[in-house]
Amino acid sequence: MMKTPIYDEHRNALPGPDDITRCELPNGITVLSRANFNSPTLSIKGYLQVGSLLDPEDRLGLSYLAAFGLMTGTARHDFQSLYNEIESIGASLSFSSGTLNTSFSAHCLSEDLSLILGLISDCLRSPVFPEKEFNRQKTQMLTALAIRAQDTSAMASMLFDQIVYAGHPYQHPEDGYTETVQAIERADLVDFYQRTYGPKKMAIVIVGAVEPQQAVDAVSQALGDWSNPRQQPLPEIPPVEPLQERTHKTHHIPGKTQADIVMGCHAPDRLSPDFHALRIGNNILGEFGMMGRLGQRVREDAGLAYYAYSSLSISLGPGAWEMIAGVNPVHIDETISLITEEVRKFVTHPVDEEELADSKSYYLGRMPLLLESNSGVAVSLLNIEHFNLGLDYFLQYPKLVQSITAEDILAASRKYLDPERLAVAVAGP
Amino acid sequence: MTNPKQVHTLPNGLSVHLKEIHTAPIISTWVWYRVGSRNETPGKTGISHWVEHMQFKGTQNFPAGILDREISRVGGVWNALTHLDWTTYFETMPAHIFDISLTLESDRMVNSEFEVAEVERERTVVISEREGNENQPLFLLSEAVQEAAFTQHPYRYDVIGLKEDLNTISRDDLYQHYRRHYHPANAVLAVAGDFKTADLLKKIEDTFGSIPSSEPLNHHIQPDPPLGLENRVHVTGPGETSYVQIAYRAPSASNPDFFTLTVLDSLLTGPSSLNMFGSGGTSNKTSRLYRALVEGEISVSCQGSLQATLDPYLYSIYLTVHPSHSPDEVLSAVDQEIQRVLDSPITTAEIDRAVKQARALFAFSSENISNQAFWLGYSEMFASYDWFENYVDHLAQVTPEMVNHIAQTYLHPDNRVVGFYTPEGS
Repeated sequence: MMKTPIYDEHRNALPGPDDITRCELPNGITVLSRANFNSPTLSIKGYLQVGSLLDPEDRLGLSYLAAFGLMTGTARHDFQSLYNEIESIGASLSFSSGTLNTSFSAHCLSEDLSLILGLISDCLRSPVFPEKEFNRQKTQMLTALAIRAQDTSAMASMLFDQIVYAGHPYQHPEDGYTETVQAIERADLVDFYQRTYGPKKMAIVIVGAVEPQQAVDAVSQALGDWSNPRQQPLPEIPPVEPLQERTHKTHHIPGKTQADIVMGCHAPDRLSPDFHALRIGNNILGEFGMMGRLGQRVREDAGLAYYAYSSLSISLGPGAWEMIAGVNPVHIDETISLITEEVRKFVTHPVDEEELADSKSYYLGRMPLLLESNSGVAVSLLNIEHFNLGLDYFLQYPKLVQSITAEDILAASRKYLDPERLAVAVAGP
Repeated sequence: MTNPKQVHTLPNGLSVHLKEIHTAPIISTWVWYRVGSRNETPGKTGISHWVEHMQFKGTQNFPAGILDREISRVGGVWNALTHLDWTTYFETMPAHIFDISLTLESDRMVNSEFEVAEVERERTVVISEREGNENQPLFLLSEAVQEAAFTQHPYRYDVIGLKEDLNTISRDDLYQHYRRHYHPANAVLAVAGDFKTADLLKKIEDTFGSIPSSEPLNHHIQPDPPLGLENRVHVTGPGETSYVQIAYRAPSASNPDFFTLTVLDSLLTGPSSLNMFGSGGTSNKTSRLYRALVEGEISVSCQGSLQATLDPYLYSIYLTVHPSHSPDEVLSAVDQEIQRVLDSPITTAEIDRAVKQARALFAFSSENISNQAFWLGYSEMFASYDWFENYVDHLAQVTPEMVNHIAQTYLHPDNRVVGFYTPEGS
């Protein structure tokens, strides 16, 4: 059995059922809280079940713009008075929308808990989306899309999604396209808000210098009486069909110096039994230390790129397994070949026992660093809730990690990663 | 849970700054060298940053890859940063295994080899890093503005270096730069976290104490003469979006004017976060420039940047131009806001608000052990740790008259370079 000194010596430092308070309010909101009185601060994070999956095809970017608009004015505050409340106390509050969730994040001194929860409640329950602010935010978003169109990394990533998720709702970016954002009117936002925002399946986590019961009471007071009978659930997420052949697409952005490559395949959802094997496998392939095997081959041995790594994005719907590098355009083909060779090796031979032991040790050893700050704990608790992992997840975690074998990684990787059927997306000059 | 910091100097000149923090089983170790792009000569720009890359290539004791593995396999993080005045290396590790940080940092302070083949492989990696930067319009703009803002001082070049220099710098150039600047008397070791000071000091003496001392370097560099006249630079490139950078010559961090300019920046573009790691900033929607330009739909964003440096550097305001306006209109709107500061003095209430914001941001910055260790060493690179500890108090001493005086002294057109990035063919 591998020794896990962090777990043996600092078990009490890890969040667990003994020090996490979890409470479901009658209106469907789940509250989680954990106290930490080491500094007089609080991290507040949460999500609602509103995402770009609800966007109409011709209004892609609507959920994104709605989240953006929550803070442009409420029944009680105009734009300036809202931000004046937040900035005057050095706090932060923001909302953003992804595919499946709209999330929010705040940071404040503990003395300002009620004030910040009051503002979160205000933004969620009574946004008015003022016309003038809406037009301004739309222009800001269109400018951001124009900047995105010049970003080789963002465009390669979008192209990758178009290949891997062809015909699936995930083929579209959460922030939409210029023409779909251009088509969005204020009335679309109001209608979207009224039928999608509500407390059902909402979660909020408060970590820091507050007694957990006090945090639960404060949330209950601010949001406990919120209801929306019209709240629409997210649609079912269809499965993704694997690629039948290697598919290569290029997007040209004239005038750029460097090209970005994103290649890979789709990945399963978080609840898949393959999750831990794939995560450790990905770490060996393109993360560990200075970017794992890919970093060693492409950066250290060949000197082709400043960054060459892999990334496994996993959520409740289909995920993505991406191999990423930024290179001079003359090195594109060579880099794609090197990455393909590494992928082939990865799905042909089991990882070395030494590599496996290192990676497991990394996942166990890094827990104190991940859980050092209030925001780190808040993110972890939110994940526990989102994926229904159980309050004892961190205590079970060593067993989950240690049970993975090299054969598990090989078998799980082969289900998704095939060097003959990779998606290859390149954006550059 | 936290003890005041302790300072020691080893006989070989290494300055050691320690702060016990027992909130998590973590120790963050930083070695700071007083060398950055400020210490580079024409033809050798980018050499400090490249040396930093070479420091990850191993020694006889720890061949390349071994270090990486040793740290990563215990869940530690390590990295390095090169800036204008300094280069720093850090490891944040689980406390029970952190000794390796001291072993490797003391080893690579003197034992790095700079093998020719490694140097050549890293040349293309560094050039690739630069080419990635060149893809960003704001990099192209700020590089041009920086070069126009100084005539002789090495601050005129970006830390990454010019591509022609990256093509010609040799292995011997790199090694000489390393040997000249990497020694105990030119370094600060800063450690924060879950340790006992007496025990740690003994370990530090055991690992770093035997490294030979060298003469401290003369760090004085003659500042550039005043600009005298406004300078404008125009950069064109791909895209649809225009940007404006307005860069004023600014005071050094040790100049008392720096704190007053910090307050003025907070009023104009919003308060700066003190947290290098994790959350803890605030937005800038109530700042004067946001209200006038972004709400006024002349720009779509605005951001200020005032950096704590050894010599006078730049205070920059970055603006993304609204599609229906021109860069000149953006500049003119910023000038109107600066004129407003000069014409009608700001109020004590505005300063009090900036101080309150800074106090909260200061509290957020203490949440994270890596961030505390960072400030322990970083502040020594341009002033001293007292600078950081008394930061909020210094801001609290600023008066409306001081802000007005600073605006008059620094924010006038003859003291600035204005850079415009416009899309090709526009």
